[in-house]
Amino acid sequence: MKRFATIWFPYLKTDWFSIRQPDLRDDAFVLVTPDHGRMLITAANEKAIEQSIYAGMVAADAKAIRPSLTVIDDPPGLAQRLLKRIAGWCIRFSPCVTVDGDEGLILDATGCTHLWGGDADYANDITARFRKYGYTVRVAIADTIGAAWALSRYGKDECIIEPGQQSAALLCLPGAALRLDNDTVERLNKLGLRQVKDFIGIPKSALRRRFGRSEVRSRKSDFRPQTSDLRLQTSHVGIITRINQALGLEEEFIQPVHPPAPYQERLPCLEPIVTATGIEIALQRLLDALSKRLKQEGKGIRKAVLKCYRVDGKIEAIEIGTIRASHHAEHLFRLFELKISSVEPGLGIELFILEATKVEDHLSSQETIWKSSGGLQDERISELLDRLSTRIGVDSIRRYLPAEHYWPERSVKAALSLDEEATTTWKVERPRPLQLLSRPEPIEVMAPVPDYPPMNFRYKGKLHTIIKADGPERIEQEWWMEQGQHRDYYYAEDEEGCRYWLFRLGHYADASYKWFVHGYFI
Amino acid sequence: MPALKADIITQLKKDILALQGFRPLVDAQQKIDLGTINHSFPNLQFPLGVNHEFICNSNESLTASSGFIAGILSSLLQKAGAVVWISSSQIIFPPALVSFGIDPAQLIFIHLKKDILWTIEEALKCQGLVAVVGEVASLDLAISRRLQLAAEQSRVTGFLLRNNPRHLFTTAFTCRWQIQPLQSETTDGLPGIGFPRWQVELLKVRNGKPGAWQLEWVNGRFLPVAATSSLHHDEHKQAV
Repeated sequence: MKRFATIWFPYLKTDWFSIRQPDLRDDAFVLVTPDHGRMLITAANEKAIEQSIYAGMVAADAKAIRPSLTVIDDPPGLAQRLLKRIAGWCIRFSPCVTVDGDEGLILDATGCTHLWGGDADYANDITARFRKYGYTVRVAIADTIGAAWALSRYGKDECIIEPGQQSAALLCLPGAALRLDNDTVERLNKLGLRQVKDFIGIPKSALRRRFGRSEVRSRKSDFRPQTSDLRLQTSHVGIITRINQALGLEEEFIQPVHPPAPYQERLPCLEPIVTATGIEIALQRLLDALSKRLKQEGKGIRKAVLKCYRVDGKIEAIEIGTIRASHHAEHLFRLFELKISSVEPGLGIELFILEATKVEDHLSSQETIWKSSGGLQDERISELLDRLSTRIGVDSIRRYLPAEHYWPERSVKAALSLDEEATTTWKVERPRPLQLLSRPEPIEVMAPVPDYPPMNFRYKGKLHTIIKADGPERIEQEWWMEQGQHRDYYYAEDEEGCRYWLFRLGHYADASYKWFVHGYFI
Repeated sequence: MPALKADIITQLKKDILALQGFRPLVDAQQKIDLGTINHSFPNLQFPLGVNHEFICNSNESLTASSGFIAGILSSLLQKAGAVVWISSSQIIFPPALVSFGIDPAQLIFIHLKKDILWTIEEALKCQGLVAVVGEVASLDLAISRRLQLAAEQSRVTGFLLRNNPRHLFTTAFTCRWQIQPLQSETTDGLPGIGFPRWQVELLKVRNGKPGAWQLEWVNGRFLPVAATSSLHHDEHKQAV
């Protein structure tokens, strides 16, 4: 059986302004947005509503009611931004949280409330925490989203519907409590069906006949603009579906803001943690629990995130990645350890969540008695590379395989993984320099006859006289990749015994040929 | 009984080495044959599981030292194994390693500008590796001692290429080498370039005798130059 909690923020945007500017709290103020050449009120705080200034009014009218009214511009998209952030923070109450329209959140509280000692304590804790921050909220808990929604918006005092009691609890609420669109509510009111109990007993076929098509909006209503998003979402849902959803006859699904990772461990702390040692202890515990579970299921972590929820609502996250799937807690701890220093605990961390965001099957190797070096398949090597790439970045670590190209720069390619095998063999018919310059560097050369090795060359201001040489070895550009001149390579040794790889770009006959040095031989 | 005396003396020498903290290799198969150079080493064995530093004053000598290391790695990598090659300026061209009998796919190359010493130390601590090659410019005694301890603990051999060192402080490494390229010689003055030839100087070796040699890399092994010239001579005679 499911339990849902809905949170309603009646003054979400104005509360946010009051928190940021405490002097606004004592006076009436409204948020406005331009609409058809006038300023329309999008949100009003509690003090303003007491003086009959509501959202949907024109700012000039409100000013007439109360000349000293403070008017603030409404930043577009503020409500959604705020709700998303709050939804992320609400992960401490339930792993599955979603934003509901512009004014509320829905929490899947199934199996969560007993951790707080029951539904009432759960709801009280949520209300108290939000009040501490300065937000006014109403929380309701019920078996269905519809019932909880109705109670949080239109309920009197009670905020909890006992399991299975939703139909009784809904009877005295107005029709709008069932998340019906305005046209339907208006029509219900016209017919005198003001409360849920008036129409909930009407046979479904009769309801469908009268209200079934109501979702085709005949009249363009210019009602409150801030709820237009909500209406757009809900308008296509008919009255029968809404009744069924509220009563639990039809299941409703929610899309969580942060989908819970299937491999996750959480550690709430009694006291806020501020020291690195504290974080290490928490991390150690989480890793032990998670790796034990992964080990049982034969899985390993490829990517993991440690999220630290701070007391002030911010979330600090550190991420690690591994080259091979691993459930070796000690190794994973050492990867995280390199990044712990980047966590700013602020006033303290109250909740740690360790998530394995990418999990792969772990190929367990047979234990050997003598741990000899088993080449690249050795687990210790992949652990070393994990550690290195955490600090220096994975881009600087390379492994090379042969590629089927003649051009020296293209004859090697970087392997994508430790297990990748070469698809072709290394070409070793001709000698190759051990050290290759990343870019061939131009040299000044004196060469006697065409296609003969040079007599001497000047490189970095030093004159090298060539005593011995081999070549030329002609390497052509691959025409299907690039059009260009060929290179004639010479293996040359100077009077000091230093050995170079020189080449001439282009034909000797052309005046445009150039000489370069491309590498050093051993 | 001169033979008996010699036995006693070698035994005593070994005992002294053990007292001096020299640990012989456990794995007898990992022997590296450097010919006459072996006589300079304690126990007549190329010291493994320690650090060797190579002083390189130019790109040419850096490449020559890399070649010498590649020659040693080729016998270290006979069995399966992996090597990490850490460099900052040098770019190794993998196909050239094939001529040393090394499969370049067994090597992991790390190209870095900073955190080099940390990376080398971490790599030296990893027992799954056979050897670590690292290019470092500046070092002092404290750093070298850290690296040496890491290598001795894990029995991974470290080769440190000192590229253009500004100062040559005393280091805790076991061996200090300097390798310079020499002019090669071809058989009977044929045109072209002969086998690569080096002036190999062992400037410092713990518990051993420093020395200088001329070596050639011939058909997958190191040969002293005198021997190679006689080899050429033999080949020549056979040909005749």
